Order: sequence, then C-alpha cells, then structure tokens
Amino acid sequence: MANMKDMIPAFDLVQPTTVEDAVDLMKDAGDEGWVLAGGLDTFDWFKDRIKRPRVVIDIGGIEEMRGFRDEAGGIEIGAMTTLTEVANHARVRSEFGVLATAAEHVATPQIRNQGTLGGNITQDTRCWYYRSGWPCYRAGGNVCYASAPLAMNREHCILGRSRCVAVNPSDTAPALIALDAKMVVQSPRRRLYDAEDYFIGPSVDITRMTVLEPGDLLTQVFVPAFWANSNFYFEKVRDRGSWDFQLVSVAAAFRMSGSTIEDARIAVNGVAPYPVRLDAVERLVRGEAASESLQNAAGELAIQGTRALRHNDYKIVMMRNLVRRAVRSVAA
Amino acid sequence: MHDVESVGVLEKKYSRRTFIKGVIATGATVSSANYLFRGPNILGAATLQSTTERLLTLTVNGQERRVDVLPNETLAMTLRYKLNLTGTKLGCDRAECGACTVLVDGVNQYSCSILTHQLRGRSVTTIEGLENADTGELSVVQQAVMDEGGFQCAFCAPGFVMSMTAMVANNPNVTREEARVALSGNLCRCADYDKILNCAMRAAELARSV
Repeated sequence: MANMKDMIPAFDLVQPTTVEDAVDLMKDAGDEGWVLAGGLDTFDWFKDRIKRPRVVIDIGGIEEMRGFRDEAGGIEIGAMTTLTEVANHARVRSEFGVLATAAEHVATPQIRNQGTLGGNITQDTRCWYYRSGWPCYRAGGNVCYASAPLAMNREHCILGRSRCVAVNPSDTAPALIALDAKMVVQSPRRRLYDAEDYFIGPSVDITRMTVLEPGDLLTQVFVPAFWANSNFYFEKVRDRGSWDFQLVSVAAAFRMSGSTIEDARIAVNGVAPYPVRLDAVERLVRGEAASESLQNAAGELAIQGTRALRHNDYKIVMMRNLVRRAVRSVAA
Repeated sequence: MHDVESVGVLEKKYSRRTFIKGVIATGATVSSANYLFRGPNILGAATLQSTTERLLTLTVNGQERRVDVLPNETLAMTLRYKLNLTGTKLGCDRAECGACTVLVDGVNQYSCSILTHQLRGRSVTTIEGLENADTGELSVVQQAVMDEGGFQCAFCAPGFVMSMTAMVANNPNVTREEARVALSGNLCRCADYDKILNCAMRAAELARSV
C-alpha cells in the first residue's frame, strides 16, 4: 500500500523551456540524466528503485514540442503532444486515421491525457524480468531470464531476437511506420530518421529501444502527406478489452486504384524487440487485387523466419491472421 | 561551552560555505525529511538540491495554495499529506487503478504519476472541489452517485467520480458504451461496474437537464 514511505528516491529536477536548454542540460547530465515526458514509463522505474538518475530533465514546459503544425508536405506533431490530442485532432482523424486509431488504443483515458506521442514510441520494453530489475542482458548483465527453460514468455518475441527476446510495446509506432513518418531528433545537431529506422533491435544495441543515445531528444514527428487519405487498417489484439499492451498489433496503409493495390505499407508490433515493417509483403501485394489467395499468401509470407519461444507460438498464428485481415480490408 | 566545541568540530570538517548550505537544506526539509527518506543523507552536497523543498503556488479547487514541495513529490502526496485533501486516494501508486484521479485543467489524470512541480500555473480539481463552495450543493455526478448508490466499499469512488466529471463535461450525451471506455482507466475491486455505469448514465442525464 502506498504511503509516504513510497517516496520516489531523490533527484535534481530541471525544467527547461526551450529545446536548446534541454539539450544542454542533457549533455551536462550525461549518463546520470533522465528525460521526463509524460512520466508513465518513468515513474514505474523510479518507484521500483530500478533506475535512479541524478538529474531529471522535465521537458513538459517546452512549448515548441507541443501541438500540431500544418505544413505543405504533411503535418508536424510535437513529441510532447498528448495521445488524446493526437486521437482527437481533426486533420489527423480525417487524413491519417490509422494514427488516431492507434493513439485511441493506448492504455486508459487518464494515460492518454498525460502520455505523449514521443513517449509512446520511445518507451522502454515491458518484459517483466527486465522491469523487475533482474540483471538481464538489456540491464547490463549476461543472461536472458525470459528465454530460460522455465521462463514465462507468453508476451515475448517471435522475430528479431538477439540474446534479448523482449518486444516493443508501442501502439503508435506501427501506425507511424505505415504512414512513413519521420522522427526529428535534436542533439544539438538536428537529424531526421525514417520511422522504421528510429527503432533498433538488440543486435544493434541491447540496452536501447531507439536510436536515441544520452543527449538525444526526439522533438517532433513529421507525417508526410503522401499517405494521407489512404485505406488504413489497424488492429490490436490484447488479453483485455482495455488497459493492456498488445499481444500483436498491425497497422497498414493501402493506396488503391480501383480494386488494385497500387502501393502499401504494413507494420506489425508485439512480435520483435522493434516494430517490424513487412516490406516483403508490401512487394507481394503491390499491383494485385486483394483476393483470398493474396490474403493468404501475404499472411504466410509475413511469418517467414518466425520462431516461437516455449509459450508464445500462438503469436505466429496471430501475426499471420492479422496481416491477412489487413489485406482483406481492401478486398473488393 | 559544549555548543562552542561542537561548532569547532564542524568547522574542521566543512568549509563555511558547505556548512551554511547544509544548515539551509536541513532547515528547509525538517518538516518532512524524517518520514520521507529511509536513509536520509541530508548534508551530502550531491543531494543538496534534491532534498530541498521549494515553495510553489498551486491552484487547487479554485483556491491559490502555497505549499513547500520536493522535486520528487507526486501530486497525490502533496494533496494528501501537505494540503490534507485526503479525498484523493492512493491505491496502486503505479498509474494502474485510477483511485488517485484528479482533474488538471479539467482533464482527468492520475495524480500518483505526475510531479507537483510539473503543475505550476495549472488548475487542479479534487473530489473536495466538486460541490458548490457557497451552497454546498452537490455536483451532478455526486448527486447521481447518491441517487444510484453505485459503490460498495467506495475506495475507488473519488477516482470514478472525477473521471465521470470529465466525461460528462466533454459529452453529456454519452452512451453507455462510450461511458465504459471513458471510465476504463478506473478499477473497482468490488466489481460494481454495472452500478457505476448506472451512475454515469444518471450523471449524464442530470448534466443534460441543468
């Protein structure tokens, strides 16, 4: 039971109001710094005493990182825009519906009111061995508790494992990949990443989920107009009807010409330590009509190379079926 | 004599500057440090800023409240332990149960998972602020809960009432299905969800007739 003794361990709190100041403060703090956005990933770590930074940099006061900016080539969304704002924004809803739908599927209303788009895609994995403070590979140790013989790994990965078998928990990440979004990172140099390159697997760096290194700040997400008003599909399968992370989710965008798929982008999440873009499936469906045989072929192709752990072989079937359904959504 | 000797010992260990800073820090935290920290290291220079309360002016239930707040203090703690607004409950303290739900600028949020220092210049409403301050008249949601008797043990009730308040303010024409979604961030261990939804629908009805 929570009481006053459940105080978060002490830290220095700094509250910059510009991106420049934030980046400077992050540089000063180095490895001992922690960026606080919505806080819904952060405070669990702090309260459980697993992460204990010396300096917390609260970026909630940076106005330029909030809200939406219409641009000719698309829409720029500040990383500190809340998920509720993303889900309710008129242009996002009408032109980039897959992102609004994905944001609507995150956790609970209170969390969407506080959680940010940047935080949702940058959050750490929810592997409970790791979250409970076990010294696994991702935490700097030399063992993976989730793939040990008696491990409970029903929610873990079927693709992309490399010592670590955790999955990316974000709902909006696959939607942003389907929309070919760009991530704007400031450090103080400004860099642009394609959405699918923003996420990294354990074979690249096992301690990080994204390209962000200490001192890097995700400031904006740019959604190009190219995929606006496409045929979108989003589905998230979870154990409960609300308030849960995905087991598997799929986000897809199809540009149609009559009943023919002219172009497509499809991404799944919950199957690997990073959201997976299915470019082979995209190539398969391009120029085809979404017949039943194409749906089946897309599903079978999607699961090539998957390998189940002891308790998660259902995810392979689930991934196959979700990709099938995504293609079926544009069937004549 | 004894006092003078003590000061002498201190002067050997600390520079004058560190000593003064230390005194300021202990002075500032004396009200809460004893029960906030299991192993307090108040004099350590590294934790100097982090254990110092700073005076904030918060707008709570329409009133300006001045309160000393630690950097690592959540809004729920400030409300319950410093402002004595204990209507806001702490259940899980992990943004999972919703018992601590309050309104920040009219939007329902978990007060266990936001730092009080993040709320400078924003307006907080707790369960205590719902009734009319002058007449004592209940809000539509409170009245609906009274009418329908929605809760069994009611530990979760303040959180639910705050979420319902945000819900009917957003959309008084809410359907039962929409209410289910709007209240999905609050848990009830007595599993009184059906009766709670009756309250929500009654609250929406009252809000429409106001």
